[in-house]
Amino acid sequence: MKAGSNLEKVLTSGHFAVTGELGPPRGASVEAVEKKASYLKGVVDSINVTDNQTSVVRMSSVAVCKLLVDMGLEPNLQMVCRDRNRIAMQSDLLGAYALGIRNVLCLSGDHNKFGDHPQSKNVFDVDSVQLISIVKMLRDEGKMLSGQECEGVAKFFIGAAANPFGDPFEFRVTRLAKKIDAGVDFVQTQCIYNMDKWRKYMHMAHEEGLTEKCYIMAGITPLKSVGMARYMAKFVPGLDVPDYYIERLKGVEKKKQAAEGIKIAVEQIQEMREMPGVAGIHLMAIEWEHKVPEILEAAGLLPRPKVD
Amino acid sequence: MVVAERKPIEEILAMVADFKKVLLVGCKGCVTVCCAGGTKEVGILASALRIARKKAGNPLEVVEHTLERQCDPEYVDQLGPMLQENGFDAVLSMACSVGPQFIAKKYPIQVFPMLNTTFIGGALEHGVWAEFCQSCGNCIIHNFGGLCPIARCSKSLMNGPCGGSANKQCEVSPEIDCIWHLIYDRMVELGQVEKLRNVFPIKDWSTSRDGGPRKIVREDLKL
Amino acid sequence: MRLDYPPNVRIVNVPCTGRVDMLHLLKAIEDGADGVYVAGCHEGECHFQNGNLKAKRRVAAVKKILEEVGLEPERVEMFHVSASDGPGFAAAARQMTERIRGLGPSPVGPMPDCDFGGSDSEQVALGV
Repeated sequence: MKAGSNLEKVLTSGHFAVTGELGPPRGASVEAVEKKASYLKGVVDSINVTDNQTSVVRMSSVAVCKLLVDMGLEPNLQMVCRDRNRIAMQSDLLGAYALGIRNVLCLSGDHNKFGDHPQSKNVFDVDSVQLISIVKMLRDEGKMLSGQECEGVAKFFIGAAANPFGDPFEFRVTRLAKKIDAGVDFVQTQCIYNMDKWRKYMHMAHEEGLTEKCYIMAGITPLKSVGMARYMAKFVPGLDVPDYYIERLKGVEKKKQAAEGIKIAVEQIQEMREMPGVAGIHLMAIEWEHKVPEILEAAGLLPRPKVD
Repeated sequence: MVVAERKPIEEILAMVADFKKVLLVGCKGCVTVCCAGGTKEVGILASALRIARKKAGNPLEVVEHTLERQCDPEYVDQLGPMLQENGFDAVLSMACSVGPQFIAKKYPIQVFPMLNTTFIGGALEHGVWAEFCQSCGNCIIHNFGGLCPIARCSKSLMNGPCGGSANKQCEVSPEIDCIWHLIYDRMVELGQVEKLRNVFPIKDWSTSRDGGPRKIVREDLKL
Repeated sequence: MRLDYPPNVRIVNVPCTGRVDMLHLLKAIEDGADGVYVAGCHEGECHFQNGNLKAKRRVAAVKKILEEVGLEPERVEMFHVSASDGPGFAAAARQMTERIRGLGPSPVGPMPDCDFGGSDSEQVALGV
């Protein structure tokens, strides 16, 4: 065991893992965190806590992770390179470990131009691949980037994101390989809709032997409506929603679109379970956390395994 | 070169609101090349300021002068006689922000910047300039097919495109090329794409502005 | 053709409107002209390829400056009149004169060194 987190245990014992996602509130409300967390309790192996997602100021991801720990849930701390330099990153990582956080997901972060403070100065001292190497150094060498020995070693299960649908497509698998070289243990992907492209990506990753070197978790986001599908297709950079899903949602009446969206997600999950190299799913039910139990139940992923 | 653009005239008018006579100083260096602060732009701004103040019934005398460069003391020294004799209320510098600082260092008179110094870049075509360098002080572009991911990637990523790269465009704006897509294409073209497979190490920013304001001393050139 | 056009228009000849500089337009306004217009060839008919298109862009830039200093941008204009089109030239002169009369005298004026014989609108036309 590298970190001994529940997610690590589930994955290393060969179970098909399930992670969820929780977006912290735009305020100091503990109740808001507890409410969202309650939907995820007992149905996922670990919960990603986003780090000022889309560059909108939200409650600190470290703080929300700590709230989840206190609720008996396992958090996966997302950390972006946008807002912290290497000093703040290492400091926050040490602090997170001290608070009982055991998983970290290393991300570049959405550009601050998209958020509610586009006037802010960004950092990008290191990039996401380099951040992985920092977390690994802290864990495996017990040293900071400066070479300073840590007084108490922070051992994290190290994650990263991958977007198979960004361009240039040919470089996407290379980028995954670089993250593995840097020290990543598990990867969660961007929301997958274009299953053909996804299969191609996984085939290439498998050919390069990457599926043996890290756990790849497929990103699933259920579509709530044809409007959301169109929005994702049009406005989210690096997201690929094929027309056949949009057509399929258009084919059912409006109030049944949500149910159809869930059906699509369940079908996708079922296909992921059969696909070699896919170690689990990362279910991002955006502002739809209460549907997570229903989706996982329908996909036959409940109850979650208990691994010691 | 240093690329700059003129501040909005409204902002400049507010700066000079209390003055009757100003010296507007252009620069024949970079800002002439990027058409922001050369003799011609000095003429246009001077005319615009005179028109505005005539209209307001509060004429402003604008004396135009363009120096060889404003980033060398020997040229800035040339302003001495003009400033001594002519009763100027202020100097308006149309150089990059080095100019007004050199003038401020030399003369006990208020100095105002007329330009926003924007970036180190080049002309893509006549009338269009883009940023190419962030002056990080430790050039690494040979690792990336001669293209700079520090200045030209919105996130200064050193290990490949983020998930927002689509259709060769940056997620920040369709007006911005994804430099990582261009780097990839260029490395394929050069037959060196496998070099991008290695993890590029964490950058030392101490040579950049992060190490504090920088200075270069060349003993061999000192007089 | 002996066509009439308003006497308040003073003509400045240029070989091609591509020669017209932003400063020519601004200086006229600065010196008190109520309006300035450029009469260039029709688009696609420039003898020097694109002088008229350059003039058009410069006129647009001067309009922007006038707006910034609080003057009506309509005081400068670009007209496309071919060099042999006398009636078109006279029509442009009349149109611009009417427009400027509507706007009234320039708050920057009057022009110091010219006498239009008591005319109520002073304009400079830069044309081929």
